[in-house]
Amino acid sequence: MEYFLNDKQKMIKSLARRIAEERILPGRTELDEREEFPWAILKDMADADLFRVFVPEEYEGLGGGCFELCLVVEELARACSGVAVSYAASALGSFTLVDYGSDAQKQKYLPSIASGKSLTAFALTEPTAGSDALAIKTTAEKVEGGYLLNGTKQFITNGGDAEIYTVIALTDKTRGPRGASALLVEKGTPGFSFGKKEKKMGIRASSTCELVFRNCLVPEENLIGKPGRGFLMTMNLLDQSRPGVGSQALGLAQGALEAAVDYTEQRAQFGHPIISLPVVQDILADMAIQVEAARALIYATARTIDSGATNYTENSAMAKVFASDAAMKITTDAVQVCGGAGYMKDYPLEKMMRDAKITQIYEGSNQVLRNAIAVHLRKRKAKTE
Amino acid sequence: MNIVVCLKQVPGITDVKIDPETNTLIRQGIKNIINPLDTYALEEGVRIKERCGGKVTVISMGPPQAEEMLREAISQGADEAVLLSDRAFAGADTWATAYTLAVTINKLGQYDIIICGRQTLDGDTGQVGPELAEMLGIPFIAYVSQIEEIVKGQMRIQRMVEGGHEIIQSPLPALITVVKEINMPRLPSLRGIAKSQSAVIPTWTIQELGIDPGRVGLSGSFTRVIKVFSPQRTSQAEIFQGELESQVDCLVDKLKNAGLT
Repeated sequence: MEYFLNDKQKMIKSLARRIAEERILPGRTELDEREEFPWAILKDMADADLFRVFVPEEYEGLGGGCFELCLVVEELARACSGVAVSYAASALGSFTLVDYGSDAQKQKYLPSIASGKSLTAFALTEPTAGSDALAIKTTAEKVEGGYLLNGTKQFITNGGDAEIYTVIALTDKTRGPRGASALLVEKGTPGFSFGKKEKKMGIRASSTCELVFRNCLVPEENLIGKPGRGFLMTMNLLDQSRPGVGSQALGLAQGALEAAVDYTEQRAQFGHPIISLPVVQDILADMAIQVEAARALIYATARTIDSGATNYTENSAMAKVFASDAAMKITTDAVQVCGGAGYMKDYPLEKMMRDAKITQIYEGSNQVLRNAIAVHLRKRKAKTE
Repeated sequence: MNIVVCLKQVPGITDVKIDPETNTLIRQGIKNIINPLDTYALEEGVRIKERCGGKVTVISMGPPQAEEMLREAISQGADEAVLLSDRAFAGADTWATAYTLAVTINKLGQYDIIICGRQTLDGDTGQVGPELAEMLGIPFIAYVSQIEEIVKGQMRIQRMVEGGHEIIQSPLPALITVVKEINMPRLPSLRGIAKSQSAVIPTWTIQELGIDPGRVGLSGSFTRVIKVFSPQRTSQAEIFQGELESQVDCLVDKLKNAGLT
C-alpha cells in the first residue's frame, strides 16, 4: 500500500528499521528473559537522533509530529515492543512540556531529552485511580517557593530510569476535575523515591515502577501551564499519544505476521509446506488484512492530528482500539499456525503474544475507549435531533 | 585536531567469484560496501573528534560510485569527504595507492592523525597504511586496539601483538591502522543523513592533485596481478565395499601404494 511518505519520513522509517534489525533483534529474547532495561539500545537510538524526532526544531529536535513518532514506534515494535514502549513513553513524558511548557522550561529540559541524555515519564495512574483518573489522591500543596508533593503513582513506564517526570497532582482538592495540575519533577529531588518495580507478563524490557512522593518540594517554576489545567492537558495528551500505542501494536502485529509466514513456509507436513494448506492461508490472509487496516487507520489518524485538527478523541481511540485488538488476535493466531514451535521460547511468537496484551490495556483500556467513542456517537445524534 | 580517515569501497561478499576468462572479480549482483575494518577507523576518528574537537575528513580512491560510501561516512559523523577518481588511478597496487593518498593528504593541509583499517576485505594486503605513513614521513602504529589519551601533541595507544598488548607513546602527526576490537561503529544519525544528502563531495583527478600520471594507477605500480583464482578442490573420496577385513586390506594396500607406510 502506498502511504505517500515524504523523504524525511522515509528516512526516519528506514533508519528506525535498521536499528531494530541490527541492534534490537539480536538481543530481544535476553532482554525479555532478564527483564533488563535496554540502555545500550536506547543509547544507539539516541546517537541516531531518534529522540530528536518528537522535539521541536528550536529545542534541538527534528520537529516531527505524531506521524513521524508513529513510524519510529512501529519499526521498533516490529522487533521488540518492550524497547519500543521505553522510547514511546519518553515521548509521552515530553508532550505536555512541548505543548504547554514555557520557553524557559523547554530551554531547560528539551535539549537533553532530544539528545537522549534524559529519558522522561508521564505519571497519572495511582493505586486507586486507573480508568477513573479523576480519583487521583496525590496532592501538590502550594507552599512558599513551590509545591509540596505527597502521594504514590503506580505502573509508571520508565519509572526509575527516567530523569524527568511529568506528574499530575491535585493542587486544589475542592475543585474536582479542575483541581489538578502538571508538574515537572526531576529524579533526585528530595522526597521523591521509587517504590515497587513491577514484574510483568510482557514488554518486559521496559521498566514499570512506583513513584513515591513524601513532602517533595517542587519549585514553582516547574508547574506546566496554569494550575488547575492538569486533567485537560492529560486528556489532550492521551488523545495525541494513543496512535503511538496503536503503532506499537501495529509493529508487533507486523512482526508476528512475518514470523508466521516464514515459519509456515519452511515447515513441511503431509509432504508440503503448511503455508500451502488453505486453512493456514485463511489465517495468514486475515492477519495481513488486519495489519494493513490498522496501519491505514493509524496513519490517517496521525495525519489528522498533525494537520492541526482540534478534536480527534474519537479517531485516536479508534486507532488504538483497532490496532491493539488486531495485535492480540494476530499474535495469538501466529502462535496457533506455528503450533508447538510457536509456543516455545526458541521462537519469537510467544513473546509477541505476551507483549500484545498490554496494548489493549494501557493508555485507556479498550473498553473505556469504546465507551468514549460511543459518547461521541450519542453527542452527534443529539445534535441532529 | 585534524583527523583523516582512509576508506575503501569493496564488494560485500566473503566468497569471491572470479571470471576464469578475464581473471577479474565477478561484480554482477554484488553490493558494494565500505570495507568492514574501515568502519572502525571512521568510528574512532569520530570519537577522537568528539573527545578533542576538530574535524574528520574521509578520503577514498575509487570509481565514481564510491561517492555513495563517502556520503554514508558523513551520515556517521565525518565532516568532509574527498573522492579520488580518475581512470588513470585504475589498477593501482598498494604503492601507487599509497602515493595517491599521500599527495591528497598533503594537499588537504595540516593533519594530526590519519586512521586506516588494518586491511581490506578484497586486497587483503594491509600495506597501504604503512606505505602511506612512510611516504608522509610520520610515525606508524599498526593493530591499534585502544587510544588511551591524546595530549599535547602526543598520543598513547594500545596495539595488539601476539598474545597480548603493547602500550606505545607516539608524537603527532601519526598514522594508525585499527583492529575491530577498538570500538563498535555507530549507525547513521538522522541529522547526519540530512547533512550527507546535501554535502558537496569534490572529486579530485590527477589534474587537481597535480600528479605525474606515471606514478599512479597501473603505470605507477611496481607489482602486477598475473592471475587471481579460487583454489581448486582436489580432494577425492573412495569408499571401500565388502567385508570389513577386505576393506582393511584394501586400505592398507592403498596406503602402501601411496607411499604412506
